[in-house]
Amino acid sequence: MLNALDKLMLEKVADLHEIPQGAFNIRKNGAGVQRNTTANIDIVTKEDKSGIDVIIKPYTKGESVHIPVIVTEENINDVVYNTFEVGEYSDVLIVAGCGIHNSGHHKSQHDGIHTFFVRKGAKLKYVEKHYGQGDGNGERVLNPKTIIEVEEGAVVELELIQIKGIDQTKRDTEIRLMDNAKLVVTERLLTYQDQEAESNITVELSGVDSSAQIISRSVAQDDSKQTFYFDLIGRNKGRGHIQCDAIIMHNAQVLSTPRISAHHSEAQLVHEAAIGRIESEQLIKLMSLGFSEQEAEDTILNGFLK
Amino acid sequence: MLQLQKVSLEIQGDIDFEILKNINLEFHEKKIYVVTGPNGGGKSSLAKTIMGVYNPTSGQILLDGIDITAKNITDRARLGIGYAFQSPPRFKGIKVKELLKMAASHNPEKVNICDLLYDVGLCAQDYLNRDVDTSLSGGEMKRIEIATVLARNLKVAVFDEPEAGIDLWSFQKLAETFKNIHSKYDTTIILISHQERIMELADEIIIMSNGTVSAQSERDIILAGIMNNDSCTCSAKCVKGVGQNAECVG
Repeated sequence: MLNALDKLMLEKVADLHEIPQGAFNIRKNGAGVQRNTTANIDIVTKEDKSGIDVIIKPYTKGESVHIPVIVTEENINDVVYNTFEVGEYSDVLIVAGCGIHNSGHHKSQHDGIHTFFVRKGAKLKYVEKHYGQGDGNGERVLNPKTIIEVEEGAVVELELIQIKGIDQTKRDTEIRLMDNAKLVVTERLLTYQDQEAESNITVELSGVDSSAQIISRSVAQDDSKQTFYFDLIGRNKGRGHIQCDAIIMHNAQVLSTPRISAHHSEAQLVHEAAIGRIESEQLIKLMSLGFSEQEAEDTILNGFLK
Repeated sequence: MLQLQKVSLEIQGDIDFEILKNINLEFHEKKIYVVTGPNGGGKSSLAKTIMGVYNPTSGQILLDGIDITAKNITDRARLGIGYAFQSPPRFKGIKVKELLKMAASHNPEKVNICDLLYDVGLCAQDYLNRDVDTSLSGGEMKRIEIATVLARNLKVAVFDEPEAGIDLWSFQKLAETFKNIHSKYDTTIILISHQERIMELADEIIIMSNGTVSAQSERDIILAGIMNNDSCTCSAKCVKGVGQNAECVG
């Protein structure tokens, strides 16, 4: 059912070399192709619209859910609504990558709208990787939207990664944290040629003693353009920290708009932002260890985006 | 053996400024040289010119008799020249162990990364998995920088103020490390330093001021000269040349 190209895409977006263990749902060119559920994790097709409900039972520990999407044809416009119910005190990994292989001349697009309910005391690690390839000039477009409600004492770790081959992306992420909830977002983005990427992250510290850390690192090369909006809202006693760093090269453009707003006297919010080219001292250091200039540059960028 | 023949370095700007003026120096195998002298005298520029960071305006640099003046930093590194920065750059996302492995990657001898850290006074367990970024203090960065140079199999190793920002205990360890390299390998070690205890490691001391070599000789001769130097900065009249307990009079 899955051919070699499909498997390559799966490897790129979900680090999968084989069909995964545990629960999974593989979607290809707008339709589900393979699914597995476990005693603790159920996956149900939505009846009113395209998409799935992933239901993780309370106290489920150490299990994973892979929901990769692969698009291997041109002229696909796939919109999918997925809902995740992460049960109380569970501890799970969810991997949701999207890979587009477009060899044609028409646009291929996948818009994944993901809503998470992370219940009391649960721990969730959510990884979203985007990857594109193909020789044609058909655009590869991904517009994910992620909404996460983090209940009391729950911990969410988010990894949002787009390293290669996506021509256009607009990523919206909205997260709301309740009492003692904790959030760590790691965003990595590389754009080149004339790619465009926009990432909007809004985090609301609603509960008492919630905390959020957002670490965004990006590299903009060639004529690409990146736009970031970070919005951190402190509505209660809590701590939030945004750290965004961009390396800019060639004729690229990076626009970063931070906003921190406090509505409570004990909300502590910090924003750090930097855009700059690779430091010449870094290149000189690695060259003085025997690296060529190109090797030094690649090493610095790979480390930065790791 | 490294030779600098009539090396000059000029920085061009609104006013051209000659940083190194007609430098002639010879550095031999298995010897430790300490380059010292007042700030702005050209010491770091000399180090960077040896590594290829600066290209001399005139003159020649020879390594084992081969002219390397036109070679870039990478070529010189591959020929066996190493340089520890005075203010080492930091790398986001690169771990200490990764940087040290990169440094050791061209060394044919097997290098133990943990031993390297020990040699610069750092506990391997605490540092291997830390990022080489702003989370490290200046002194920690400095020691890791020195370790990257120790990781390599070098003909010439240049250390720019290796003692800066390093605490007393680590300083002792570092001094021992330089002595060990000196006894085990044929590496030519060039230390840029103002520290007497670093100078004590030297076979020869070179004094640079105003972009020129103002003195070069065996350690004891230069050290004695420094101790008896008339240009003492003491504001009052000074009893010179009587060691550390010199008293100001008058």
